[in-house]
Amino acid sequence: MRHGAAGLSVAPSPLGYEEMTWTDLKDQMATAGYVASDELAMALHLSISQGRPLLLEGAAGVGKTQVAKTIAGIRGAKLIRLQCYEGLDASSAIYEWNYQRQLLAIRATSETGQGIDKVEDEIFSEKYLLERPLLEAIRQNDSPVLLIDEVDRADEEFEAYLLEILSDFQISIPELGTINAVSRPLVVLTANGTRDLSDALRRRCFYSFVGYPDRKTELAILAARCPDIDDHLALQIVSFVQDLRKEDLEKTPGIAEMLDWATAIAGLGVNDITDNPAALQATMVCLLKTEADSAAITSEVTQRLAGKAA
Amino acid sequence: MQVTKFPTRAAGVSDRMADFMAHLRLNGFRIGVQETEQALLAIADCGRPTMRNVRLATKSVCTGSAHTFARFDDLFDAFWKNGGRVRNKDRQTPPRKQTPDVPGMHSSLRAWQDKTGLEESGEPDEPEDGAEEQDANGHGTGELIASRQRQMRDTDLRQFASPELFREAEILAEQLGKAMRHRRSRRLRKSKSGSRLDLRKMIRRSLAYGGEPMEVFRRHNPRRPSELVILLDASGSMTLYAKIFLAFLRGFVTTRQRTEAFLFHTRLVRISDALRDKDSLRALNRLSLLANGFGGGTQIGSSLAHFNKSFAAQSVNGRSIVLIISDGYDTDPPALIQAELIKLRKRGCRLIWVNPLKGWRGYEAVAGAMTAALPHVDLFASASTLGDLADLEPHLARL
Repeated sequence: MRHGAAGLSVAPSPLGYEEMTWTDLKDQMATAGYVASDELAMALHLSISQGRPLLLEGAAGVGKTQVAKTIAGIRGAKLIRLQCYEGLDASSAIYEWNYQRQLLAIRATSETGQGIDKVEDEIFSEKYLLERPLLEAIRQNDSPVLLIDEVDRADEEFEAYLLEILSDFQISIPELGTINAVSRPLVVLTANGTRDLSDALRRRCFYSFVGYPDRKTELAILAARCPDIDDHLALQIVSFVQDLRKEDLEKTPGIAEMLDWATAIAGLGVNDITDNPAALQATMVCLLKTEADSAAITSEVTQRLAGKAA
Repeated sequence: MQVTKFPTRAAGVSDRMADFMAHLRLNGFRIGVQETEQALLAIADCGRPTMRNVRLATKSVCTGSAHTFARFDDLFDAFWKNGGRVRNKDRQTPPRKQTPDVPGMHSSLRAWQDKTGLEESGEPDEPEDGAEEQDANGHGTGELIASRQRQMRDTDLRQFASPELFREAEILAEQLGKAMRHRRSRRLRKSKSGSRLDLRKMIRRSLAYGGEPMEVFRRHNPRRPSELVILLDASGSMTLYAKIFLAFLRGFVTTRQRTEAFLFHTRLVRISDALRDKDSLRALNRLSLLANGFGGGTQIGSSLAHFNKSFAAQSVNGRSIVLIISDGYDTDPPALIQAELIKLRKRGCRLIWVNPLKGWRGYEAVAGAMTAALPHVDLFASASTLGDLADLEPHLARL
């Protein structure tokens, strides 16, 4: 590694990152076990060097979330994750007052007879503030990685709020005033098409589409994540999954499923997927996740695909 | 390696980049001045400015969806490489067929009339039973305007495709769009003037005041607009109707944000963006490129399969109404269409099948695909005339 991970920080003052190119970043990620496409590496590089969010789209299980985890690992940064869901609101995403403690404090001070102003200052102080992921992310001394997962699951109103934070990196709390970012977090947003995101959000981000990997990339991923599997078996596994994706399935298996399956196969002590048809069919539960898919991929189909892969 | 020649008028990289952005915009990318600036910044940051690096850098700035991401590389080549096609030739005004000029007719409508599809001669062919039916209805030509209007609406679409009708179709689409009622969500959301008290929040907030409820919070059920997805059959048998339905579709898509339109014959294409294009001439060019194969055979089953696979997850949910406009003559096996409709229904949408042939006297749904589809359809409607389309209004309001 040419640059120390600890020295990296995001714009406005990118220290130590300036001389790095996207290919270096790609190599670093590969060392950390994530094989990124050129587009993804470039988008990530730009979003680090320019301090703008990165929006990743793609099917489930292609490693979008893993990007954030990997980059946090490389930079030794804290990973703060906000999982979005329908009905997510400001109090669970940004901050909330700790009412119970405030109430206790009021009770306690009422006996000492302090003035109302003093009590108010006391209970609306940092001590009684509960940080939620977004506030936490902008108050870190070292720039963290903020992962906003499945942003398309949140409501449109929340998206609008998010836009405001992502453009200014400041949050205003009426009782405390405006809190500015101590360091700018590296923001990674993921989406998998539950609904269309607004143009405004898309335009604030660098974009990359994460698709299913090609054969060569997938082999590299398998080698990076499961180094114990020998080359012959790895090739068979990858070819099998690649062919399986071409079948008409409701849920196409992603990389995560492929890795699960590889682990299962290796765990069963199988050295060649054509050896034991019954075991092979039994392990298909790792790859096929709906009833219709399990019914469609019969043992004949499995055997055909395995024969092709071998 | 192919290189880019800078035109003599170009002042520098930024000038060329602005041209490139205009090129992307022409091709339907929604980007503005801000992106030009960001692209230049990105190029400055992307390392050695090789074509590969610049391509990757601008790609991450200019794309914003899976669709644009997939198209970007071709557009990049077309603009920056000498071998690529720089300008879309279709944009130059084609030798247009002369159409009878109607005074007051909107220019965009004229364009639509010219182009919505086909190289057919100006006069639509007259069906044998059409004229007879008109006489039976007893509408003369010398009546008042209101009743003449009525007659036009009762004419079989095949017989009559005038610009006025086009405009009427668009207005009708607007009305129908308005009739589709918005539902109330079952969830409660906070609001300033909702009808219910948000007790949980009031109690929670009252803790800060020592248990006194000082602030009032309210909640309400937010509106959830219903979404419309229209699949239009543009195969040979539907050709003459398709022309009108396209105008009808355009009315829907332009008046309602949450409408998705698709065209299918032997394959399926998404035409919402093309229809939404404000520049009607460009919209038509895009549409005619997209609709390549217009008027060919029909594969409803596999088109639906494609829809289910690629678009349904994004555009169909429990609040959607899916409108299929087709005559049900299919070359795919009926079992396929049945399976795909069941799959589509599982998303919780409501299905309306509009068949232009249903308006014919003595029509029975005997086509294989149609009989297979009927049990899975919420409403089987006829629409060979605009009147029939207008009659859809109460059904849309009810669904």
